[in-house]
Amino acid sequence: MDRKVRVLVAKPGLDGHDRGAKVIARALRDAGYEVIYTGIRQTPAMIAEAALQEDVDVVGLSILSGAHMALVPRVIEELKKLGLEDVVILVGGIIPDEDVPALLEMGVAGVFGPGTLTSEIVETIENALGRQLA
Amino acid sequence: MDLTTVTGLTEALLAGNRRALARVISHIENNTDLARPLLAALYPHAGQAHIIGVTGSPGTGKSTLVNALTQVYRQQGLTVGIIAIDPTSPFSGGALLGDRVRMRDLAGDPGVFIRSMATRGSLGGLAQATADVIMVLDAAGFERIIIETVGVGQSEVEIASAAYTTVVVEAPGLGDEVQAIKAGVLEIADIFAVNKADREGVDRTVMALKMMLSLGVPEKFQVMHHGRMLPVEIPQARQDASAWTPPIIKTIATSGQGAKELVDAIENHRLYLEQSGGRLWRDRLRAATELRMILRDYLLENLLARTPPEALQAAIEAVARRDIDPYTAVQRLVEEVGVEVTAH
Ligand code: B12
Ligand SMILES: Nc1nc2c(ncn2[C@@H]2O[C@H](COP(=O)(O)OP(=O)(O)OP(=O)(O)O)[C@@H](O)[C@H]2O)c(=O)[nH]1
Ligand SMILES: [Mg+2]
Repeated sequence: MDRKVRVLVAKPGLDGHDRGAKVIARALRDAGYEVIYTGIRQTPAMIAEAALQEDVDVVGLSILSGAHMALVPRVIEELKKLGLEDVVILVGGIIPDEDVPALLEMGVAGVFGPGTLTSEIVETIENALGRQLA
Repeated sequence: MDLTTVTGLTEALLAGNRRALARVISHIENNTDLARPLLAALYPHAGQAHIIGVTGSPGTGKSTLVNALTQVYRQQGLTVGIIAIDPTSPFSGGALLGDRVRMRDLAGDPGVFIRSMATRGSLGGLAQATADVIMVLDAAGFERIIIETVGVGQSEVEIASAAYTTVVVEAPGLGDEVQAIKAGVLEIADIFAVNKADREGVDRTVMALKMMLSLGVPEKFQVMHHGRMLPVEIPQARQDASAWTPPIIKTIATSGQGAKELVDAIENHRLYLEQSGGRLWRDRLRAATELRMILRDYLLENLLARTPPEALQAAIEAVARRDIDPYTAVQRLVEEVGVEVTAH
């Protein structure tokens, strides 16, 4: 057995700020994950289909456009349509504090802004997967 | 539909369920308990696809070219499965798989399935896992299967043995042209794509390739396996294989220019292989490689499972102390535990 945790990092919507997503993709690789980076301008349906084909455990969304409250529920909906309700969802980027509770309520496992430590993200992933595997 | 059992997964995959296909690939990559029964169940359904390897140095435009090729195939009504392989970091064991970024145009097309794969363990292991994933996509009914791999080295030679047609991608501006065209590519290239033809220096790259080709194509497909020639009888077809001269196609992957010509060259090679018996020959070569690889792993596992750890440790110590040479140590170990074959 050579089980590896697979993480999709995607940027939904039209925002082109891809530095953070690339930084996170690299950090998660260095933490031992297999990271599939899809690049910018992904529709929610594209993200869900990629998550399905790649059979990932985690979907990480990077959003700096301010459109997270519209985009995140749509990605979750598309994932559900494909039967991927078990996938752990993370959100990062520029997310005002007041939006965080609502995102967590939607089923997001963690929200990460600028200056996030990789160890915090890893901990969230491991906890979320541990809960599911148990 | 139960996607947790071999029967459920197999039936769903054969019925075109993409989730099942993705899951089966994971079982194979992770080498789970379901992997072997799944491979056994799917094997009879494979054998129809044309398998295309796309390889070349980092950044030459392989992914962009795969994107362009696939669009041409889709216009022709053919379905395409893609395996994009990137290296696993030797430091963390993680990997950054970024080829999908260039294949954005293929998103949402039910006739395309893209899977990114990390090299993970050993080279031999990768070749086997790749061959298995190819077989799965083949069983799922994809008519063309494209495998993207980085660089040209031993691993590519092994992966190339899984493809019927290998496209080697070169690009201008990688420094000294002749230097950039690495030794070894002639042995595996069925077709050369000189990508980034919009850039300065394309003609020099094409010239360099032509020069190399005119220097003579070495004996094709004497695939070395762990330093040993494959002991396969390949009568007739070797001559046919060397009768094929790799065409050189200029492409601009970003605009799709030359992609149609490249697809035509691939299809010409496919027909050539079918007519010359080369396809059968490559099937046999692949079977020989696969059997050898599986047999070696099987015997090794089998032997190690029955070797008392103390005996192995003692042998290691003895060799390290130079009390005994490694060959004799192995000979004694094998004599001690004996060779026993149990049904699996
Ligand atoms: C650099 C930058 C740009 C660059 C982008 C270059 C690039 N390719 O990325 C350029 C100049 C192109 C740019 C353009 C614009 N920008 Co700008 N830009 C910034 C700036 C200054 C820094 C962003 C950055 O790269 N940070 C560094 C990275 C490493 O940090 P990060 O992205 O935040 O990522 C970290 C975390 O958020 C988290 N994270 C991020 N993603 C993910 C994902 C997961 C899964 C996880 C776990 C964690 C995680 O981890 C990362 C590492 O710690 C920010 C302001 C700021 N301080 O954030 C504005 C900012 C994002 N931009 C903004 C705007 C408005 C624009 C423009 C619309 C401006 C305009 N009117 O033209 C354009 C739009 C461009 C486009 N197509 O989308 C606004 C967005 C406002 C909002 N959200 O409401 C900001 C916030 C500035 C502001 N205060 O107004 N921008
Ligand atoms: N000018 C030009 N750029 C190209 C062409 N094809 C690809 N590129 C660019 O070259 C860069 C690398 O392209 P990729 O398709 O990612 O190359 P690759 O060989 O798959 O790269 P790796 O998988 O990292 O080895 C990208 O920025 C592409 O846009 C081309 O025909 N012309
Ligand atoms: Mg690539």
